[in-house]
Amino acid sequence: MSLDISRVKKAFGGFLALDDVSLKLADGAMAGVIGPNGAGKSTLFAVISGFAQADSGSVTLDGRTLDGLAPAARARAGMVRSFQVPREFRHLTVRENLMAAAPDQTGEGLFGLFFRGRRVAAEEAMIREEAEAVIDRLNLRAVAELPAGRLSGGQKKLLELGRVLMVRPRTILLDEPFAGVNPILIKEIERHIRALNESGIGFLIIEHDLAALSRLVPHLTVLDQGRVIAAGTPRAVLAESAVRDAYLGGGGP
Amino acid sequence: MEAYLLAIGIICAIYVLLALGLTVQYGLTGLINFGHVGFFAIGAYTSALLSLQGVPLVFCFAAAAALAGLAAWPLGLVALRLRDDYFAIVTLGFSETVRLTIASEAWLTNGVQGIPGIPRIMAGGGIGPQLVVFALLLAACIAAALAYRRIAGSPFGRLIEAIRDNEEAVTALGKDPARFKLQVLALGAALAGIAGAFYAHYITYLVPDQFIPLVTFQVWMAIIMGGVGRVSGAVTGAVLLMLFLEGSRFIRDLAPGLISEVDMASLRIGVVGLALILFTLFRPQGLMGDYTRR
Repeated sequence: MSLDISRVKKAFGGFLALDDVSLKLADGAMAGVIGPNGAGKSTLFAVISGFAQADSGSVTLDGRTLDGLAPAARARAGMVRSFQVPREFRHLTVRENLMAAAPDQTGEGLFGLFFRGRRVAAEEAMIREEAEAVIDRLNLRAVAELPAGRLSGGQKKLLELGRVLMVRPRTILLDEPFAGVNPILIKEIERHIRALNESGIGFLIIEHDLAALSRLVPHLTVLDQGRVIAAGTPRAVLAESAVRDAYLGGGGP
Repeated sequence: MEAYLLAIGIICAIYVLLALGLTVQYGLTGLINFGHVGFFAIGAYTSALLSLQGVPLVFCFAAAAALAGLAAWPLGLVALRLRDDYFAIVTLGFSETVRLTIASEAWLTNGVQGIPGIPRIMAGGGIGPQLVVFALLLAACIAAALAYRRIAGSPFGRLIEAIRDNEEAVTALGKDPARFKLQVLALGAALAGIAGAFYAHYITYLVPDQFIPLVTFQVWMAIIMGGVGRVSGAVTGAVLLMLFLEGSRFIRDLAPGLISEVDMASLRIGVVGLALILFTLFRPQGLMGDYTRR
C-alpha cells in the first residue's frame, strides 16, 4: 500500500504550518519524519489521517485520492494512526481496548445485538482470540485485565500500537512512539515495529528520538518551519548542515 | 384507595419508562436530551390517532415507538455534530417545535382542542383493567431495563464507553462515533414513544399542553435524584418524583384553607425543586450512585 503526499499546504490563520510538503512511502516501506517543535510534523499527520484538511495538495493511497475523506474512512481504507499523547480508553481494560478496535462487529449495531445474538457471540470469541494474540505479541499479558488508564506511559504506547494492529492495517502512522517511554521499552517497541514491518506493514513514523528513529528507518524526511529541508538516508540527512542548524541548533554532538 | 394507588402506580411506571429512555441516552453516551417530551408526544399522538382509525393497539404501540425513534434520526444527524450543551438546546427546541406543530396542525391533531375519547387498552370499569395496564407497563419497563443491560455488556456498549473516553481515537480506528450516538438517541426516543402510547391510552385525552418542557425536566429531576445512568436510579428517581408530586397534595390537608388550588399546583413543583436542590447539595450522585462517574 503506497502512500503519496504531494505538495501539501496548510495554514492556520497567517501561520503556514505546511508549505509545499511532498513525501512518498512505498508499499511495505518504513520512513521517518523529523524536525524541531513546530516544524509541522503533527499537522502533516493530521492532514494525512484526515483530522485536518489541506488547503491545497493531495494525499493518495494506492493511487486513490483520500482528499475529503473522513478520518474513519481513511482508517477503513487500511491506514491507521496512533497519537503522540496516548489516547487509551481509560475505563476499559487493556483487553477491552483491543477488542473495541476490531473492525466490522455485528454486535456494534443495535439490530445485530438483539436479532443476531449467536453471530455476535461467535464474533466476540474470534475477536477475543485476536486480542489475546496481540496481548502476547506485545507482552501485555501482565496488564491485560487492568483499566488502560492505570498503565505507564510506555505501556500505553504499546497498547495504542496493539489497538492499531487490531484494525489490520496495511500502513501505520506512528506519532512519536518513543516519547516519554523508558529506554528498555523503547528497544522493545523498536523490535515490534521491525517485526511488523517484516510482515509487510508499512510505517511512517514521526519521532523526536533521533537515535532510535535512525536505527529503525532507512529513509528520513526533515521538516523545518513547514518545509522539507532534507530527505534521504539517516546518515546522509543528519550530515547536512541545514539539518544540523534547524534541528540541533547548529551545535550538536 | 386501591384505584388511587394504582393510578399513581401507572403514572409512575410511565415516568420510569421515560426515565429509562434518558438513562439509555445519558448513561450510555452522555447525550443531554432536553427534548424528551417531544418523543413522548410523538408516541402519544401517533398511537392515539391510529387507534381512532381502528388500527389494533399492538400496531399503534409499535408505530409510536418506530415514529418516535425515526424522529430522532434527522435530529441526531443535525445535532450530534454540536457540542453537548448546544445539543441540549437544540433538543429543547425540537420538543417545543413538536408541541407547537401539534397545536397548529389541527387537521391532523385537532390542535389545542385536543383529542378526546382515545380507546383504553382494556375497556371496562373496576380495578381489573387498570391492573392489566399496570402489568403491561411493568413488562415494558423490565424489557427496557433488560435491553439496557444487554447493551451495556455488549460490543456496542464497549464501543460507546470507548467513545466517552476518547472520541477521536475511535474515529482514528475507523469507526464513526455519530453512528453509535444516533442509535442510542433513537432507542431512548423509542422508549419515550412507547411511554407516550401508554399515556394516551390511559388518560384517553390529549392536548398539546400536556407536552410542555416541564415534563422533560421532571424526568431529568427523577434520574438526578435516583442516580444517573442506572436502571435502579431511573426507577428510584421516578418513584421519588411521584412521592414528592403526589405527597405534596397532602400539605393542603395539613393547613386547610391556607392554600388555594392554584397555589397548590405551583407548590408541588416547588417541593420537587427543593428536593432537587437538597439532593445536589447533599447527595449529588443520587440515591443509587452515578454510573457515569466511576
